[in-house]
Amino acid sequence: MLRRRLNRLLGGDERRVDSRTIYVGHRSGSTNEAINPPKFCDNRIVSSKYTVWNFLPKNLFEQFRRIANFYFLIIFLVQVIVDTPTSPVTSGLPLFFVITVTAIKQGYEDWLRHKADNEVNKYPVTVLEDGSRIRKESEKIKVGDVVEVDEDETFPCDLILLQSSRDDGTCYVTTASLDGESNHKTHYTVPDAERDLESLNATIECEQPQPDLYKFVGRMHIYTNNQEPAVRSLGPENLLLKGATLKNTQKICGVAVYTGMETKMALNYQGKSQKRSAVEKSINAFLLVYLCILVSKALVCTTLKYVWQSKPGQDEPWYNEKTDTEKNIPLGVKVLTDFLSFMVLFNFIIPVSMYVTVEMQKFLGSFFITWDKDFFDPEIQEGALVNTSDLNEELGQVEYVFTDKTGTLTQNNMEFIECCIDGFQYKYQDASSELDGFCVTDGPLNKLQQKAGREREELFLRALCLCHTVQVKESTEQDQGQADRLTDQVDGLGVDGEMPSPPQEQRGFIASSPDEVALVKGAMRYGFTFLGLESKNMKILNRNNDVEMYELLHVLSFDPVRRRMSVIVRSRAGDTLLFCKGADSSIFPRVRQEEVERIRMHVERNATEGYRTLCVAYKHLSEEEYRQAEEGLKEARLALQDREEKLMAVYNQVETGMSLIGATAVEDRLQEEAAETMEALQGAGIKVWVLTGDKMETAKSTCYACRLFQRHTELLELTVRTLEDGGRRREERLHDLLIEYHKKAVQDAPSVKAGVTRRSWSSANQDYGFIIDGATLSMVLNSSSESNSSRYKNLFLQICFNCTAVLCCRMAPLQKAQIVKMVKNSKGSPITLSIGDGANDVSMILEAHVGIGIKGKEGRQAVRNSDYAIPKLKHLKKLLLAHGHLYYVRIAHLVQYFFYKNLCFILPQFLYQFFCGYSQQPLYDAAYLTMYNICFTSMPILAYSLLEQHICLEVLLDNAILYREIAKNAMLRWGPFLYWTLLGVFHGLLFFFGVRYLFSNPALQDNGQVFGNWSYGTIVFTVLVFTVTLKLALDTRHWTWVNHFVIWGSLAFYVFFSFFWGGIIWPFLRQQRLYFVFANMLSSVSAWLVIILLILLSLLPEILLVVFRKPRGPRARQKNLVQSSVGGLQSPRSSARPLLMRTFSDESNTVF
Amino acid sequence: MMASGYSTKEEDGHITVSGPGGGALRGKKPENTAFKQQRLPAWQPILTAGTVLPAFFIIGLIFIPIGIGLYVTSNNIKEFEIDYTGVNMSSPCFNCSQNFSWNSTRPCTCSIPFYLDQPYENNVFMYYGLSNFYQNHRRYVKSRDDSQLNGDLQSLKTPSKECEPYAEHDNKPIAPCGAIANSMFNDTLELFYNDPNGTKVPIPLTATGIAWWTDKHVKFRNPGENANLTAVFQGTMKPVNWRKPVYELDSDPQNNGFINEDFIVWMRTAALPTFRKLYRIIHKKNNMVPTLPRGNYTLEVVYNYPVRSFEGRKRMILSTISWMGGKNPFLGIAYITVGSVCFFLGVVLLIIHHKYGNRNNSADISN
Repeated sequence: MLRRRLNRLLGGDERRVDSRTIYVGHRSGSTNEAINPPKFCDNRIVSSKYTVWNFLPKNLFEQFRRIANFYFLIIFLVQVIVDTPTSPVTSGLPLFFVITVTAIKQGYEDWLRHKADNEVNKYPVTVLEDGSRIRKESEKIKVGDVVEVDEDETFPCDLILLQSSRDDGTCYVTTASLDGESNHKTHYTVPDAERDLESLNATIECEQPQPDLYKFVGRMHIYTNNQEPAVRSLGPENLLLKGATLKNTQKICGVAVYTGMETKMALNYQGKSQKRSAVEKSINAFLLVYLCILVSKALVCTTLKYVWQSKPGQDEPWYNEKTDTEKNIPLGVKVLTDFLSFMVLFNFIIPVSMYVTVEMQKFLGSFFITWDKDFFDPEIQEGALVNTSDLNEELGQVEYVFTDKTGTLTQNNMEFIECCIDGFQYKYQDASSELDGFCVTDGPLNKLQQKAGREREELFLRALCLCHTVQVKESTEQDQGQADRLTDQVDGLGVDGEMPSPPQEQRGFIASSPDEVALVKGAMRYGFTFLGLESKNMKILNRNNDVEMYELLHVLSFDPVRRRMSVIVRSRAGDTLLFCKGADSSIFPRVRQEEVERIRMHVERNATEGYRTLCVAYKHLSEEEYRQAEEGLKEARLALQDREEKLMAVYNQVETGMSLIGATAVEDRLQEEAAETMEALQGAGIKVWVLTGDKMETAKSTCYACRLFQRHTELLELTVRTLEDGGRRREERLHDLLIEYHKKAVQDAPSVKAGVTRRSWSSANQDYGFIIDGATLSMVLNSSSESNSSRYKNLFLQICFNCTAVLCCRMAPLQKAQIVKMVKNSKGSPITLSIGDGANDVSMILEAHVGIGIKGKEGRQAVRNSDYAIPKLKHLKKLLLAHGHLYYVRIAHLVQYFFYKNLCFILPQFLYQFFCGYSQQPLYDAAYLTMYNICFTSMPILAYSLLEQHICLEVLLDNAILYREIAKNAMLRWGPFLYWTLLGVFHGLLFFFGVRYLFSNPALQDNGQVFGNWSYGTIVFTVLVFTVTLKLALDTRHWTWVNHFVIWGSLAFYVFFSFFWGGIIWPFLRQQRLYFVFANMLSSVSAWLVIILLILLSLLPEILLVVFRKPRGPRARQKNLVQSSVGGLQSPRSSARPLLMRTFSDESNTVF
Repeated sequence: MMASGYSTKEEDGHITVSGPGGGALRGKKPENTAFKQQRLPAWQPILTAGTVLPAFFIIGLIFIPIGIGLYVTSNNIKEFEIDYTGVNMSSPCFNCSQNFSWNSTRPCTCSIPFYLDQPYENNVFMYYGLSNFYQNHRRYVKSRDDSQLNGDLQSLKTPSKECEPYAEHDNKPIAPCGAIANSMFNDTLELFYNDPNGTKVPIPLTATGIAWWTDKHVKFRNPGENANLTAVFQGTMKPVNWRKPVYELDSDPQNNGFINEDFIVWMRTAALPTFRKLYRIIHKKNNMVPTLPRGNYTLEVVYNYPVRSFEGRKRMILSTISWMGGKNPFLGIAYITVGSVCFFLGVVLLIIHHKYGNRNNSADISN
């Protein structure tokens, strides 16, 4: 206490103190100390960004932080302030429009967040205050309040369990929404605290909030009547986390220790940072380049202007005098004004319309995802959901997929598949006609005998019924967590309808491991039903519908090191039996060797099929043996030191000399097409990492089932178990292992190029799979010394990058995010995608570039926080390979095209400055300047960017390898950018100088009349619009009627508009610059000829390039397909003209 | 020209709205329309050498004749150009250019003799050309009031601000206002044929038909339709540099005031600092005699327009005109070049393709 006070005096800041003190029920601990309640944050969850008051300034600030918006604002201001060649309306109006629309959209989104926050914060809870129960809003809970929670309610904040309605001072909790584990966990009340809560006088000292879900250290001081306070230690088993749900317990009371944003759940959530796609980053980079071009253009022009003006008579010839005000402007201001005017004149090079078009493309394009009927899941009657359209193209760039296991890869739905008794395989078959529903398939060993003896069968089934820690759920109502299991049972009923035991079907099982439930249910199918535990007696309903009773003597509980568990029971007959089940590796050494061989084969085959296998053994304990064991156990349990080790020794001692009965195979049913999807992803060059909070064994078998790990994959394990194997310090061992694995996977492996297909490289060298668990990961990341830490991290990443698949198990939600972050920030900053279905995946969904939520059974948090939500894992394939690919190609082309078309739009205007005395005279009329990006050239590219399928959907789906063609932002790297820029420069030069040489004699009409500067601009502009549109037409590979309509339509519109605009004396215009200019232009044959020539010349290199670009791979295959359909008609002609008709593609030769 | 085919996606391409049954009741099942499923029937053109090669040859075959035609046409156009700026001492106009002053009341004249070595058939067009004259300067281009020129009486009295500093003079509005109008070309060019027998025969020059029809009849209009121009322009000033007001430009009322064609031509600002503008047309009289026969001519210039101050040049150009306009070899050369390049590329591609294809074939066989 004193230290705390001192700390407070010295540090002043509560946060610096490593622990906090909580007064339970706000009663002071000892009577002689005055209550000095420390300040903690309230229980309000805030996820919204704005309030009503700060919305406008904050939102505007956020918006103008975007480089583009800021740029347009500057341009607008310049136009307002300075006398510029174009009117401020041209840039002000679009900017205002864009800003307003964005603000409205963001405001609406934030309002939705406010609503969601309120829902949580206003949720009513019951608080015990001075003996009375008070209903309060959840946000008003303060640290120290005693909160009462009923069954199936979620905890409103982190609580220390004080009192439970259950007799044994426990309560059951499911943390599905936190870490994805849907089983029931047992939590304990603080010993001795479970008394009358009103008179409880205690303080809790515990650590400051930290995000690790599985860690909690605290102490509770209980004061009773001025006696020395009793001290109880608190651990994670006493802590109930916000977000978890109370199960199977009527109600509990607990004291709030962490509230609001300090709860472990809130700490595991990360702020929803605005995700930017890589494309946007590319755009920004290109934007900077174009800004540089713009500024340098303006600088060049300004400089040359003053050089030019320095010659006498140029600045102010007699025919073109300045006004007095112009004359009096000081030189500095003049230079600045000129510079800014040039900026404004050339500012169209970065058009605001690009942002509008990109936004529109993203917004409209995302509808194709929601509309896709392939994403529609008839089960939940829902299709895909798009939460943000900003990341469409990112779906085409994914390099790493981080997937959750439970509920994502698997359905979290264990099913008993088969078993093997004494080497005979029993497979449960649907529509089985055998009486007992038990059928023997043709196992390789049963040459003589069809079945194991009935006695052995029953022993095996009894073992399954007894050797577990499953509880029977008493209530028959279907609650959330059990719903799926119950439906599963109903399915089972449907299959073996001959089982006339409906009351049992209502039974729900609860266990810490879904495997056990599956086993018990498996046994039930075969006629042995576990009825429950009644005062240390296990009841079993056997095949003859007799109830057998076994006294449960001891449970030798499961732990990951032993990898087995046992029970010791005493039958009615007085026999003491030990049943043991566990992993093959831990059972086989402990049973008689002659039995092993018969079973091993089955186990191995099952394991390779991806089933989770367990071996079952039993042992008859003599009275003497049992007595010894019991004594050993008792002694070990009472030990104060090394209790675990001692217990383990006793367990090991007891579990020897058993006889093997059989083995089971349980399938954690994979999601539909999970393996195919994973294979497709890997074929697409995407690396898949499985991040799960689940146990290693479970996760590993899932990886095998999904074919992420193959049979020949060498697994590199870096887990607590491997670290402890060496018997040395963990840190050293970690170091050694990392080095060893690094040597294996990175140094010895021949450098594998990313382009090689998975199949070819796996056949060439060893495949590696990497496994790491949460504890080890935190050692790697938070190593004691700083230098080691970064080194370990590097080693770790390098190993991972060389493995075909990586499995991270026992991960806390935040650790998942850490991993994602680590990969995200590694060299080359690869694009990551996280997919998950539970609240425990939220942090990684938020962290990854693209977050995908599965509309699973575990609530909606993942979906709500995701960028995209799909009903099933299998939809990921189409989402990435087809939609992502297309979106990327579309938007990449859109961006490049936009820069290109504005470069060749503005370049002639720049060049014109050299011929007009650097006077900022626009080449084009104001109407053309404004309309170019808005009307004449915007629609075709928008249609293209929505509809283009350079490769059709089916081909994309069938050839995952196509995904690699666009990997690493292939279409938006500097190479393609340079190409487009050069193309733009080439076109710009061509347009300008082509017309320039035509105008060396401006008498272009057959009546000798001459053309002026506006005719010049109009000819250039006409060539420009046609070339730019036809260039897009050349790039279009997928001409739907929309493309036809829009491309030819905009050209027609341009012609129509030009006639219209030039056909009327517009009363509101100050100058009728374009009056009949376009019509006169068309009356000149020379103008026609030059327009045709220039368009053709501009497109010529493009056509050449298309020809020379050799069609590759599947694209050619597709072409081949198309050609062969036409080929039949062409072949006679082609034989007549063989040379002309032949194409460069090798495939086409096969056609002829 | 393009190997193409309609894709096979049409199979379910027709718009079918999923019926009210199966799930659609929830209203969430995506509609199975061709558009929404991205399965619109589409034409998928594929450019291959086979399709492009003929195109190259066709372009070549079309462009080369056009180019030759253009080149020949351009070459057949006769053009004569004479620089009468008077920069050199030897030049007849040297004195005029040297002694120029805005205030001189007596116009300076000079006459330049020249010789046409070819007879000019058909109509001959007489241009004046200026060099280093920035008619396309921003300050200059915008310095006009189109509504004033359109006959708007309001604008006549209150010219637009754009005309500054040529909007008002002595507190009177200038009509026509602006820098363009103010700097109107005002040299008078006259052409005489020196008959071999020694007499100077003046050549009749037509001053109409030199401006765009739409400009003359719609864009430019005199204020106060058909009224007495002198009265209408009462209260306005002539442009500072003009010697006579706008309503005295021509005696013909259809070519006077704002609709004076010389004025209209000048008001159409040139695209480049070196430009020519149509000045007069010499119409062909009869078919027997060439419009301008071979021989000696004299160009009589009333030298009013100073260009020396900005190092400009003045030229007089006589030119015949073809269907493509004045003489300009650029188009012909460009067409011939592009046509040849296309043809050449076609040949090269064909050769490459031929070899490439053969190699491929052999590879196929060896496989």
